Amino acid sequence: MSWADRVSPVVRAIPPSGIRRFFDIVAETKGVVSLGVGEPDFVTPWHIRESCVYGLQKGYTAYTSNYGLLELREEIAKNVATAYGVNYDPRQEALVTVGVSEALDLAMRAILSPGDEVLVPEPCYVSYKACVSLAGGVPVPVVTRMENEFRVTAAQLEELVTPRTKALLIGYPNNPTGAIMTRSELEAVAAFAEKHDLIVISDEIYASLTYEGVHTCFAALPGMRDRTILLNGFSKAYAMTGWRIGYALSNPDFIAAMTKIHQFTMLCAPITAQIAAVEALRHGQCNMQKMVEEYNRRRRLMVEGFRKIGLKCFEPKGAFYIFPSIKETGLNSLAFAEELLKAEKVALVPGDAFGQSGEGFVRCSYASSTANLSEALTRIGRFVGTRI
Amino acid sequence: MRELLELLERDHTLTVDQLSVMLGRPQAELAAMIRQYEDDKVIVKYQTIVNWEKAGVDRVTAIIDVKITPQREVGFDSIAERIYRFPEVRSLYLMSGAYDLMVMIEGKTLKEVAQFVSTKLSTIEGVISTTTHFMLKQYKEAGVILEDVEEDRRLVVSP
Repeated sequence: MSWADRVSPVVRAIPPSGIRRFFDIVAETKGVVSLGVGEPDFVTPWHIRESCVYGLQKGYTAYTSNYGLLELREEIAKNVATAYGVNYDPRQEALVTVGVSEALDLAMRAILSPGDEVLVPEPCYVSYKACVSLAGGVPVPVVTRMENEFRVTAAQLEELVTPRTKALLIGYPNNPTGAIMTRSELEAVAAFAEKHDLIVISDEIYASLTYEGVHTCFAALPGMRDRTILLNGFSKAYAMTGWRIGYALSNPDFIAAMTKIHQFTMLCAPITAQIAAVEALRHGQCNMQKMVEEYNRRRRLMVEGFRKIGLKCFEPKGAFYIFPSIKETGLNSLAFAEELLKAEKVALVPGDAFGQSGEGFVRCSYASSTANLSEALTRIGRFVGTRI
Repeated sequence: MRELLELLERDHTLTVDQLSVMLGRPQAELAAMIRQYEDDKVIVKYQTIVNWEKAGVDRVTAIIDVKITPQREVGFDSIAERIYRFPEVRSLYLMSGAYDLMVMIEGKTLKEVAQFVSTKLSTIEGVISTTTHFMLKQYKEAGVILEDVEEDRRLVVSP
């Protein structure tokens, strides 16, 4: 028996990340213009970095409460109340985590029993289904389509719900599609969740990056606050990806359960990141607005760019991704991405890295300078021109 | 329109076509707006920021704190005008505090700048005193860090 055979079957059963595979290919190629980056191209604003440096100078290096600094939880609660109209008690209903990634993992481990099903609309972020499986649950993909702008409907969910369904995991604005859902569309999903008494985990990490209308926080919908585990953080809105800081908000029982796991596995999120996050919430709105305005300008460039290239694409209204269809070229997603990389040195991520329903699409991130985006669009246009 | 002005201030080489897509407004509307701003002197000038030291051209820059007596009826304005009309004067600001005008002068040599201050600036009627500071190193100019290395340290592909 090899060491590999002794790895847990649950872990072995999880398919390797499609992103990882493609990353290895791209890393070998020099001079690439990459549209494959899922993080902001902005460095964390200086005042946030400086607050962390100051904290270190003052000697803040010890553990914090498992729940996170109370100061930070209070700012989070204030921010969510102001922005989305949902009130949480910072002492019992908030948990500061090591990124939304950890919060998602905690949520799954806190609520799932072996064999519990979780409905996961696809295409979705690479971690969703893996986290469900790792917690002993069964991810049930719900296919969303470009024709419906990759939004999930109650009808689709009804087709797949079973007596074993425990939860619904949604992420809007969406990575990889850039889709958003309006209030009325989410209300229909809320009615479904209520009808089947499901827990809803709502990953709203891209909430601030909404370009049309206002973001609807799922927990703000009537009757949803207690049954929702709301996840959000600082990575995208404040360009703090590497700091690893996020949070979960929910009813006291779920937060207590998540904190129980967190206290044994992580103890607390880094104090450096927590101090910086306080500064971000207190004084970071202006810079965040500027970044959002910049993303919005680039979004328009990308939409127009792909329209000119002739690839079918719906207009994304959130996050910083555009998800065009490449079916007309006759290539599958991976082949398109690989051949484009070879021919024009542009990297983008094959859509099937985000689930089977992503096959036939590619994810292009516009977290890059206008100059890079224009150059990439020119090269993609050239490549597509030889294929259609 | 604030956003249009901010974009042009950051990069005046953006074409009306690009601006039109980025701002989601028709080209004709933006072109007319820009023309109006130029006529009204809201857009004063399109400028290039040059790192002269890197270009190998020697220059001396000085900042001079000038105390003046304000003149009847016109206050500081007419003295300020007499100063800023000199082409050597790169910037001039009226300041609150210990002195009245901050004057930035550029010349080829230290001697040239010193001579300008002593023969042309100090001698203006109304100038009480000048304090000259010579610039040693330029870090940032008009919002642009001169030696900023814009390195993209991110992983080339990430989820």
